[in-house]
Amino acid sequence: MADDAIRCDACPVLCYIKPGRTGSCDRYGNHDGKLVRLDPHVVLNRAVERGDSVVPFLERCAEWDGSLVSHGETFVTAIGAGTTYPDYKPAPFIISSQVEGVDMVTVVTEGIFSYCGVKVKIDTDRHLGAECSKVRAQGEEVGHVTTSEYGSQMLSLGGVRHLTGGSRHEGTATCDALLNLCNGKAVELEIDDGATVVVEAGKPPFVDGVREERMRVGCGSATIGMFAKQWFGKVDEVVVVDDHITGVLSEHQAGKLLGIPETGIKLKGRRSTPGRYFQVAEPGTSWGGTNIEDPLSILGKFSAKKAWPGLRLLMVSTTGEHYGYFELGDDLRPKEKELPPALRASVARIKENCEPALCTMLFMGGAGGSLRAGVTENPVKLTHSVRDALTRVTCGGAPVYVWPGGGITFMVDVTRMPQNAFGYVPTPALVAPIEFTLRLEDYGALGGYIDQVRPLSSISAEKGGKKTVAARQDNPWPLEAGAKSR
Amino acid sequence: MAARGRGEIEMKQRAQMRILPDGRRLHLQDGPIDLIVEAFGAAGEVDLAYHAACARFVTVLDELCGELKFLRQECCRDAEWPRGSVARRMVAAVMPYASECFITPMAAVAGAVAEEVLATIVCAAKLSRAYVNDGGDIALHLTVGEKFVVGIVERPNRPSLFGTLTIDADNPVRGIATSGWRGRSFSLGIADAVTVLADRAAAADAAATIIANAVDLPGHPAIVRVPACDLAPDSDLGGRLVTQRVGTLTEAEVHRALTVGVQTAERLRRMGLIRAAALNLCGETRLVGADRIAQLSSDVHERSLVHA
Repeated sequence: MADDAIRCDACPVLCYIKPGRTGSCDRYGNHDGKLVRLDPHVVLNRAVERGDSVVPFLERCAEWDGSLVSHGETFVTAIGAGTTYPDYKPAPFIISSQVEGVDMVTVVTEGIFSYCGVKVKIDTDRHLGAECSKVRAQGEEVGHVTTSEYGSQMLSLGGVRHLTGGSRHEGTATCDALLNLCNGKAVELEIDDGATVVVEAGKPPFVDGVREERMRVGCGSATIGMFAKQWFGKVDEVVVVDDHITGVLSEHQAGKLLGIPETGIKLKGRRSTPGRYFQVAEPGTSWGGTNIEDPLSILGKFSAKKAWPGLRLLMVSTTGEHYGYFELGDDLRPKEKELPPALRASVARIKENCEPALCTMLFMGGAGGSLRAGVTENPVKLTHSVRDALTRVTCGGAPVYVWPGGGITFMVDVTRMPQNAFGYVPTPALVAPIEFTLRLEDYGALGGYIDQVRPLSSISAEKGGKKTVAARQDNPWPLEAGAKSR
Repeated sequence: MAARGRGEIEMKQRAQMRILPDGRRLHLQDGPIDLIVEAFGAAGEVDLAYHAACARFVTVLDELCGELKFLRQECCRDAEWPRGSVARRMVAAVMPYASECFITPMAAVAGAVAEEVLATIVCAAKLSRAYVNDGGDIALHLTVGEKFVVGIVERPNRPSLFGTLTIDADNPVRGIATSGWRGRSFSLGIADAVTVLADRAAAADAAATIIANAVDLPGHPAIVRVPACDLAPDSDLGGRLVTQRVGTLTEAEVHRALTVGVQTAERLRRMGLIRAAALNLCGETRLVGADRIAQLSSDVHERSLVHA
């Protein structure tokens, strides 16, 4: 018998269960060597610390009695609730709980979203691909490179065109990629004429197989501004190599203010303003997000009128990962020397000021359609109620940003949701939890299914029961303050 | 059913037995067995039926576990018969396949339990119709003029209906079972779901397993297979490779895999082991014995219009 398997004694089948697996009933599982009860309906429990994510199996044949469920400390998420399909049915769970003496109603459902996607922010200056380039997963087009942000490359994945507008393979690959990303799994993406990047929510990206450690501290020009004083007197010239704006200390406003003399340095690329250069090289995955391996390749000859033998030159990337120290010879050509200790500290400081590079992703979906009919008989009233902030929308208990304007288009950070919160249907489309929380009287006023409202304590063993997970301390509690009184 | 009666039965039992909140259906659960029972008839008869179901149900798991070692072994034609009535139904259902391929009585356990409980309630009470649903493997009872409308899912782990079919009393089908690698049990094949209609639930269960195993692309690199015992050390499938993931398949490959499954299903139908089958792989569906499932409405496209 495998030594890492445990024997479940919940019933006479006495399954041997491997770590991470469940027994033949799918109710009990081996979670890190412990026998735990695993039920599909996820209940956020405020009383428990995050990480203690399953209800321990305490005693033989103890059915969950709902005793922890009371006083607004428990919030029912839509995960595992089932969908409202066909959408005119009342949502699977319409739950009431008392919060500060007010009857609160949470309508939970799992929505089928085909108008949905993931916006991926990849903290890297490395060139991943040109704007509008196609992004592929399993060889199929699943999205595109969109406008980059400060220190980050952005991808827009999914959307209705890839999910249902293309071939079946395209739809399936898109659905797979979205599902995995939303559920916190790593996905390899290939960008046309660009890099292959492995992204995973909350983890560093891997660009062409290399793990990205740090975000740049700023663009090259900003780096000059931040560190000019620390370099003053220790070096004659500093070039901060950056794919966007390469900075040159002696020409930069910050250098001028310190009275740093001209050095006769010549930069390739296009000068923007003094000391700031665009396009010193092609984008790439080396020095400062450019394609250069040799930093001297972006320099022209030093001016003989201004440069002098012995001139000290530091070249450094915006993350401090690449650096080189040079002194000019009698021929005014730079010769590489060992980095002096005083400058070593400033390079380390650049590195220290770079935040860890992460992939972060927001799930974005539209809940303004027929899903609303599972909440109320008059769907537009739900939209209005969300607009008027009478109804709080959450996604697996996580806060969402509802985009202004019509409909209920929302974004949520997938890392703030419970694990494996997403599912899919073969349409293909994503299934995501969504909860609407409001006061009972407001729920009645918007035409809610008042007769379907059940007390929180009734969510128990029915249809496989529920699973209690700890609420995240950094998420606002869904039942608090969000749903204002009229 | 009267609350008093339920209380008596529930006493000291490991099994969970209760009426669902709709007030009509009986939910029975014990270990891995999970049954939904619904009987139709006069109120007193339904009550009788549910009491009989509970009384029978409480010992089913213990009976099966008492012979579990035998039931997990490959079925041979000349093997001794087990003692338990559910176990005997299991062996009877898989016996037709014993000489041609590997199969254990466990392949029919869900259908056999459903069949046993259904037989119990039909004997105990006068019912116009009834069903016992054991995790998708269903035993039916119909009297003249009655019918059932049954929903069929594309994949066992999805709640969405792919079609419905109507079974009336004139139709010999009394058992429905679904098998596939995405379901609760391991599969040697790659079918997302194979739904079988047969005269009995245990027979449907065994046949669904056989047909789902036949839908396959041996050696295909996109299919991830793992020895069953690596996942569940005491699996009746031992070291046999069970499907854990199916990657992207071309349309031709889907067609090829389904064709083998259809041939198997056709053969079982000609042998009288099944009445009809619906095979599903990567969104493609093939029907065998289609006259039996003519009412299988194709609302796949309709469903795709229902969005958040």
